[in-house]
Amino acid sequence: MKLLDCPINGTRPISEFVFGGEFRTMPDPGQCSDKAWADYVYNRNGAPGVKMEWWLHSPSGTWFIAERNTLTDEVLRSFLPGKEVAE
Amino acid sequence: MPHRLLRFAFSKEHKEPAFFEQPACLKPSYDAVIIGGGGHGLAAAYYLAKDHGMTNIAVLEKGYLGGGNTGRNTTIVRSNYLTPEGVKFYDASVKLFQDLSEDLDINLFYSERGHFTLAHTESAMRTMRWRAEVNKHVGVESCVVGHEEITKACPQLDISCSGKAPIIGALYHAPGSIVRHDAVAWGYARGAKNLGVDIFQSTEVNGIDVKANKVVGVQTSRGYIATNQVLSAVAGFTPRICKMVDLPTPIIIQPLQACVTEPMKPWLDHILVSGSLHVYVSQSSRGELVMGAALDPYEMHSTRSSLEFVEGLSSHILDMFPFLSNVKIVRQWAGMADMTPDFAPIMGKTPIEGFYLDAGWGTWGFKATPISGKSMAATIANDRAPDLIHSFRLSRFEEFELTGEKGAASVGH
Repeated sequence: MKLLDCPINGTRPISEFVFGGEFRTMPDPGQCSDKAWADYVYNRNGAPGVKMEWWLHSPSGTWFIAERNTLTDEVLRSFLPGKEVAE
Repeated sequence: MPHRLLRFAFSKEHKEPAFFEQPACLKPSYDAVIIGGGGHGLAAAYYLAKDHGMTNIAVLEKGYLGGGNTGRNTTIVRSNYLTPEGVKFYDASVKLFQDLSEDLDINLFYSERGHFTLAHTESAMRTMRWRAEVNKHVGVESCVVGHEEITKACPQLDISCSGKAPIIGALYHAPGSIVRHDAVAWGYARGAKNLGVDIFQSTEVNGIDVKANKVVGVQTSRGYIATNQVLSAVAGFTPRICKMVDLPTPIIIQPLQACVTEPMKPWLDHILVSGSLHVYVSQSSRGELVMGAALDPYEMHSTRSSLEFVEGLSSHILDMFPFLSNVKIVRQWAGMADMTPDFAPIMGKTPIEGFYLDAGWGTWGFKATPISGKSMAATIANDRAPDLIHSFRLSRFEEFELTGEKGAASVGH
């Protein structure tokens, strides 16, 4: 991957982007057990596959989500959070 | 070729002994199966046989021996870490390394060079002082030096780094060494084989059978093995193996790249590391400069090389050594680093009975090869992790007791 599609700024070189880790749902810290909280804080889905990831377009400060295959490094699509495009 | 030499080559009288012969087929069961024929897995097999008398062991390697991160690192051995637990652990490794050529009867080209971690800022100097004091407290030879001593030891270095990031001082660690990395894997493999361990290359693990939370067997590309003990020592493949037993870990995989220049006359005696410039460099016994930098900036399961890496690294090397501008880079490669949140490894028992983990070696695993092998062998033989690796247990995360070693990583990853 040399280029990445920012939903706002279009296709830009990868050096303009910062990887933000996999998109995950946070459990309610007031309700969940310590074990479930530790699982959320530390454990990751480290095996290869197609993952939803947070990315930041650093010059414009745009956070968005990209769907990427971590084995082949191919980006399938990218979209703003809450504006998932139907395929 | 002269006739006499040719005749010698075909003669059965002077057979060249194979370094590690492979048995024709798997036994139906083993006392323990080690997944991963890198330095760590082979060392564990060797110490299981040597220290604990367990020889009914199979080592399974998907590719070839030492072809993973054992053969992809920059061969540096040091113990100047940040936490007392880390310093003690890596110091035990350095001590084993010092006698390893003799122990394994193979020349590992172990070469004590002295290791400078350069500081370009006052805050970096503070970390160096911290590390030096922790090291001295545990009995490891480290001290803070000023830029005069660095210039004396390495007059070729531009101490101002092209005026961009002048060097203030450094952490000097005299026992810092380099060692021929693939020979470490070969030496352990031969040692283990001679003690009766079976080593299988080109043998992939396809599944691990767990019944009632206990390991019962391993499915491989060569057939099924019944066993109650499995050690995973597979670095960048750890999440895939852990997925087979549904064990969550904090490990994510990021590529780490390195490269070497063409060989030149010996001129760089020491190992130099700069966290600010993201560079570590030493000169190998063949005369090549062996260089590495920071991790690639995002998760990826690949060993591809990139131009960005050599471009960035070369520019920083030239800040330190401007006279290298005509030197050619001849090879570059990558390894898959299994990164943990606290930059310390994950070693020992897991919630699954009989499944042991030697993982999370990120960018710091090669130097720990002997001691991790010895510690994992003790863990498997006694079904209990030795005190030395207690701080590296997997359960430290859910207990919120991390072992923060980020400040001792070679470069700011």
